[in-house]
Amino acid sequence: MSLLEIKNLHVTVGGNEILKGIDLTVNAGEVHSIMGPNGSGKSTLAQVLARRDAYHVTEGSILFEGKDLLEMKPEEAACEGLFLAFQYPVEIPGIGNTYFLRSALNAQRKYRGEEEMDAMDFLPMFKEKLKLLEMDDKLMNRSLNEGFSGGEKKRNEILQMAVLEPKLAILDETDSGLDIDALRIVAEGVNSLRSPGRAMVVVTHYQRLLNYIVPDFVHVLVDGRIVRSGGKELALELEERGYSWTEHEPVGARA
Amino acid sequence: MRETAVATVADTNTGLESWLENFTEFTKTAVGQKLPWLKRLREDAFERFCEVGFPTTRDEDWRFTNVSAIARTSFRAAGAAELTAEEVAPYGAAGAAADLVFVNGRFARELSRVDGLPKGVTVASLRERIESHPAEVETHLGRYADTQRDPFVALNTAFIGDGAYVHMARGVVVDAPIYLLYLSTKEDTATMTHPRNLIVAEDESQVAVIEDYASVGGECIAFSNAVTELIAGESTVAQHYLIEREHLKAFNVSTLRIQQGRSANVASHSLLLGGGLVRNNVHPVLAGDGGECLINGLFLGTGRQHLDNYMHVEHAAPHCGSRQFYNGILDGHSHGVFHGRIVVHKIAQKTDAKQTNRNLLLSDDAQIDTKPQLEIYADDVKCTHGATIGQIEENALFYLQSRGISEVEARKLLLMAFAEECVERMQSNVARAHAQRLIGEHLLFTEGIAPQSGNLGRIVERVVEEVG
Repeated sequence: MSLLEIKNLHVTVGGNEILKGIDLTVNAGEVHSIMGPNGSGKSTLAQVLARRDAYHVTEGSILFEGKDLLEMKPEEAACEGLFLAFQYPVEIPGIGNTYFLRSALNAQRKYRGEEEMDAMDFLPMFKEKLKLLEMDDKLMNRSLNEGFSGGEKKRNEILQMAVLEPKLAILDETDSGLDIDALRIVAEGVNSLRSPGRAMVVVTHYQRLLNYIVPDFVHVLVDGRIVRSGGKELALELEERGYSWTEHEPVGARA
Repeated sequence: MRETAVATVADTNTGLESWLENFTEFTKTAVGQKLPWLKRLREDAFERFCEVGFPTTRDEDWRFTNVSAIARTSFRAAGAAELTAEEVAPYGAAGAAADLVFVNGRFARELSRVDGLPKGVTVASLRERIESHPAEVETHLGRYADTQRDPFVALNTAFIGDGAYVHMARGVVVDAPIYLLYLSTKEDTATMTHPRNLIVAEDESQVAVIEDYASVGGECIAFSNAVTELIAGESTVAQHYLIEREHLKAFNVSTLRIQQGRSANVASHSLLLGGGLVRNNVHPVLAGDGGECLINGLFLGTGRQHLDNYMHVEHAAPHCGSRQFYNGILDGHSHGVFHGRIVVHKIAQKTDAKQTNRNLLLSDDAQIDTKPQLEIYADDVKCTHGATIGQIEENALFYLQSRGISEVEARKLLLMAFAEECVERMQSNVARAHAQRLIGEHLLFTEGIAPQSGNLGRIVERVVEEVG
């Protein structure tokens, strides 16, 4: 059984069809990259997977470990092991970072019938993950993402992923707005979480991130459809030639 | 002007006869009625009340709050009631320096604890203090609360009977707050109480007082009309906490009048959770140079609650600072009011006054009226005000849910975070913990937390789950 199986997915937002029949299968241990120009539907796909209800699925199905993902609420999808690293992480004043993350972890553990983690057990693990992302633990005493720089927010997303240990992580333009040092740190964090049991879907506009997080498969999303799929070399080709050719040349023409 | 006022009385009041009857009955047995000053204080106040009657929405100070439900009702003084220590225990705040319990407006000595306080601290019932030390009470009682301007203050003053008396001698410090609990019991008729509190902090002393209003037993029509005078001498540090958590049929009007001396640092914190029709008046007068005043509050409305916060900050001396922060969370058909009046007298140069009111509306039918009112007669001052009205942010909600936190829990976290802004400003650990507990319990029953309105069953289930 595949970890994620998307079939003929059609999605509308505010009456406009954004996704027009997506098919995608992701197995445990694989890293897939979804690339595409602005407005192609990449973020929509990521948000639908995380179960944001502003998006209406009009046709198709999504199975996550054989279960109907479209029947799940966002928190259920999360508890089942799906994680979205947000393109724009939200600032929430008044909720502490550490408190939030422990609440989230415990909500997931409770869902899975595991014992909740108290602060004594949580903190050493948490400190370890902080070190991995080279994050200042002073940040963690602050409110969730409040006053964080763009890079700190993105690193905080990966930190959350490291703590929550999902089965499937979707990274939505995690590279955008990062300088090269921050990009390296984020990529190292992500790479350290690669494992045979865990899959990742890396959504990006640029090939740059894929120098650090090397994907097994690359898919090109244009105007709501996957127009081309291939190996990591497809990303390099896109970098060189842009996206427009993918729409006009038939699949396999350059193989 | 006066004719209009009298006409108003005739329009909206059940008639003065009922009040006259109440007053005549009250003065037959009232404490200290043989003291000429107290007798006159009551009579003048009652006369003033009869003159003006209850306010209407035509009165600018009452534009958003219609008190005709109070004016129409015939109230009788609440009767004596006995409560056991077990019945009262769940209401208290842990860790107070002294606990005073008032049942239906009367001091209940057997339920209270006033021993073990440091030398120089006097905590007593006002009734007892009037009997034992009338001259001491006379010095301050009724000196500051304005019976001319506010008919509810006039009414309270006419019916001064019991309440708390707190006196701090010069330089005395008490860390833990003095906790005052006002309980009203379920009665068959509409009842009223007029708690009157007098807090006198002599120079360089430090004190915190919590006033907590709650109901015992089922809902009934009860009217609590409290007035507190807080006199803060030079270089004092004083905190006052008001908590209103009566049932939803209660009328609660409270007035806090603060008189601040030179370099006094005073804070007023309010937490409105209960009550059907609530008016919370806070009126500090910064009368000495270099005074600081923090006016902080949180109001959480559900159902058809009406919660009105009327701030009247008077800068009457130079170099003073005042900070107002009020947050409101309104759900159901509730109606919140924040009226922030700042008056800067001509002498009050270098005043620094700030006012912020933030509101969250959880339903389409909830309503907030927020009104700043600045009257500035000095020319070298800094006054700012701002108000916001918003909803729970869907982005924030989704973000929390996407990490595995349930929608109900996520909403609660976001509301707690909004409430926490006010709770954090409370300086006393005891008061803060008490407030946090009450807010937490209250939010479990807030409709707007439910994913869709009408989904209360789910929340109730959760409560049971969490208790069990």
